[in-house]
Amino acid sequence: MKRRSMLAAALLALAMAGTAPAFARTQVTWWHAMTGANNEVVDKIAKDFNSSQQDYEIVPVFKGTYPETLNAGIAAFRAGQPPDIMQVFDVGTGVMMNAEGAVKPVAEVLTEAGMSFDKSQYLPGIVAYYSRPDGTMLSFPYNSSSPILYFNKDIFQKAGLDINNPPKTWNEVWDAARKIKASGAAPCGYTSTWLTWIHLENFAAWNNTPYATKENGLAGQDAELQINTPLFVNHFQALADLSKDGTFKYGGRTSEAKQIFLAGECGIFTESSGGLGDIVKSGMNYGIGQLPYDTDAPGAPQNTIPGGASLWVFGGKSADQYKGVAAFFAYLSKTEVQTYLHQKSGYLPVTLAAYEETKKSGFYEKNPGRETPITQMMGEEPTANSKGVRLINLPQVRDIENEEFEKMLAGQQTAQQALDNAVKRGNDAIKQALGN
Amino acid sequence: MNRATFPHKLLPYLLLAPQLAVTLIFFYWPAGQALKQSLLREDPFGLKTQFVGLANFKRVLADPAYVNSIKVTVVFSLATAFISMAIALLLAVQAEKIIRGKTLYRTLLIWPYAVAPAIAGMLWLFMFNPSFGTLAYPLRSMGINWDPLLNGPQAMILIVAAAAWKQISYNFLFFVAGLQAIPQTLIEAAAIDGARAARRFRTIVFPLLAPITFFLLVINTVYALFDTFGIIHAVTAGGPGKSTETLVYKVYNDGFVNLILGDSAAQSVILMAIVIALTALQFRYIERRVHYG
Repeated sequence: MKRRSMLAAALLALAMAGTAPAFARTQVTWWHAMTGANNEVVDKIAKDFNSSQQDYEIVPVFKGTYPETLNAGIAAFRAGQPPDIMQVFDVGTGVMMNAEGAVKPVAEVLTEAGMSFDKSQYLPGIVAYYSRPDGTMLSFPYNSSSPILYFNKDIFQKAGLDINNPPKTWNEVWDAARKIKASGAAPCGYTSTWLTWIHLENFAAWNNTPYATKENGLAGQDAELQINTPLFVNHFQALADLSKDGTFKYGGRTSEAKQIFLAGECGIFTESSGGLGDIVKSGMNYGIGQLPYDTDAPGAPQNTIPGGASLWVFGGKSADQYKGVAAFFAYLSKTEVQTYLHQKSGYLPVTLAAYEETKKSGFYEKNPGRETPITQMMGEEPTANSKGVRLINLPQVRDIENEEFEKMLAGQQTAQQALDNAVKRGNDAIKQALGN
Repeated sequence: MNRATFPHKLLPYLLLAPQLAVTLIFFYWPAGQALKQSLLREDPFGLKTQFVGLANFKRVLADPAYVNSIKVTVVFSLATAFISMAIALLLAVQAEKIIRGKTLYRTLLIWPYAVAPAIAGMLWLFMFNPSFGTLAYPLRSMGINWDPLLNGPQAMILIVAAAAWKQISYNFLFFVAGLQAIPQTLIEAAAIDGARAARRFRTIVFPLLAPITFFLLVINTVYALFDTFGIIHAVTAGGPGKSTETLVYKVYNDGFVNLILGDSAAQSVILMAIVIALTALQFRYIERRVHYG
């Protein structure tokens, strides 16, 4: 992976050198982690921006997976040569926010360049997630996604389930999954990518229950995990029980389970809205539903929290470069750019205008389900439990949670033990990280 | 032996300079950085730095996860070294017996060595993927509940198999060379005395191979300790739980995923000490006891 990305970067650098323009344009480097169709979107946006004006040239560079890109950026900063813009995944937000001296808030970049920055134009939930508690927007939300439910219509029909009525609650998912397994329509009923993101962070927000103290870490860094309350325990015990006879099948810590669903092994699947592209490509007869909620939770469904990534600006650059960054962000906010990004990649539009435009164009009628991630996130005014999750070391906490889940699914411990351990180990890790 | 004398005092140093520069830049400088980092407590961006003495070492050594990764490493290294050497020895002995097509067999047996660790890992991962693996299917039909994603021992078996498979070629080469160095007269004399093949192997061939076996044991242990990162990263990423997190994998995980640089550096310093000890052992023992030719 590393080698490939290095090769890609080298090739890109070579290509750049060959096509260097004769006149001096201020170069703005943009490190990103987009692959496949999403990478094509990045390249097209950069190309269009470059030909739309004469002063700045945006140079996108692929740096590997999300964690690899973050590491590359950190290493480059330590070596004194950070890029101008870096794409950081949602989980890395806490890491970046803690690096006050390394980054320059996007709000500052825009106002210094003389641009009026009108927050009300952007989707509120997303902007709030990438802002400081005082409301200063720190990073630019480039690609946002939300977890949704996918189901295989052929398997549903074989199992005698209603394809027009996908399960809405977790209990309905468990029942449908059992039916799929028992009827022999498929070897497994249900699978999911990203257990930590979908079954903990979004499960908490969607069911309006706290993930951690201090508004899930948004109101203060010294947050403590609260994921061992009965709502979580019952949910995970259900998963562990279903896993025993293979009704629920574990795929891995990130998005590996997509292969299981695409292979037709499982009938129901929860995954990011950003994963839609591959499912469409596979030619499967699929349906989309909103993320299931827990009937024991009062007030559910609440709203889901943003996933995906945002663009961070490094500090210590020249005024000219910041002007270029500001011009690029202004370009990215344009309605036609946002509608293109949304419709092509499956990520959410970040401006309200782009959302309205897509609605008007009839895109959602032609592509049912594509609006689900937006309505999920925007449906309700966020509460203290559903604005997002921000921990100084969320990547590490997720690792701990995954390790405990794996032991639970292997039958070595109960859900209560797994979640108690995750809370204890997670809290210790947060404390250690805060000691820096 | 005559001592060669050079008229210039400076020339030898100049000739050595490139190699010295490479060693300094790629070995001593990073090692020094690791040593320095291991005594510091720092945020990922290096904005706040604090000297903490040996606190990182204390915390690492008291961490149950570190003790776990030592156990994992011991199991993994010994299993990998033993299996790859045993199979290589068996293959080498069998390859010696072949009369026709000896070279072809040898060439084919050497091939896996040219495969990059990450690719070897991917190959085994695909073959034994519980969903679509070609070899996972027969395991299932034999009634084995094959699921290395959740079953720790099965995950360990998978990475040991991948790591051992890749190293068999290397061991094979050395064992073949070792076998050829054993004088045929000894074996023939034993045969005339009435010793059968198994006894000849036990009392003559294996003891005479001992120096090579010991050399390979050190090499294989070092290989299992340090060169198998790619395989583990591709196949299990240290999971399920922490059941395949070796010492080297933990250095990566703590440093590059969890961004705890001090702990990660302290662990690399400990690893550095282990390598130095192993190398010293190899030089002291092998160079003294083994007389080639």
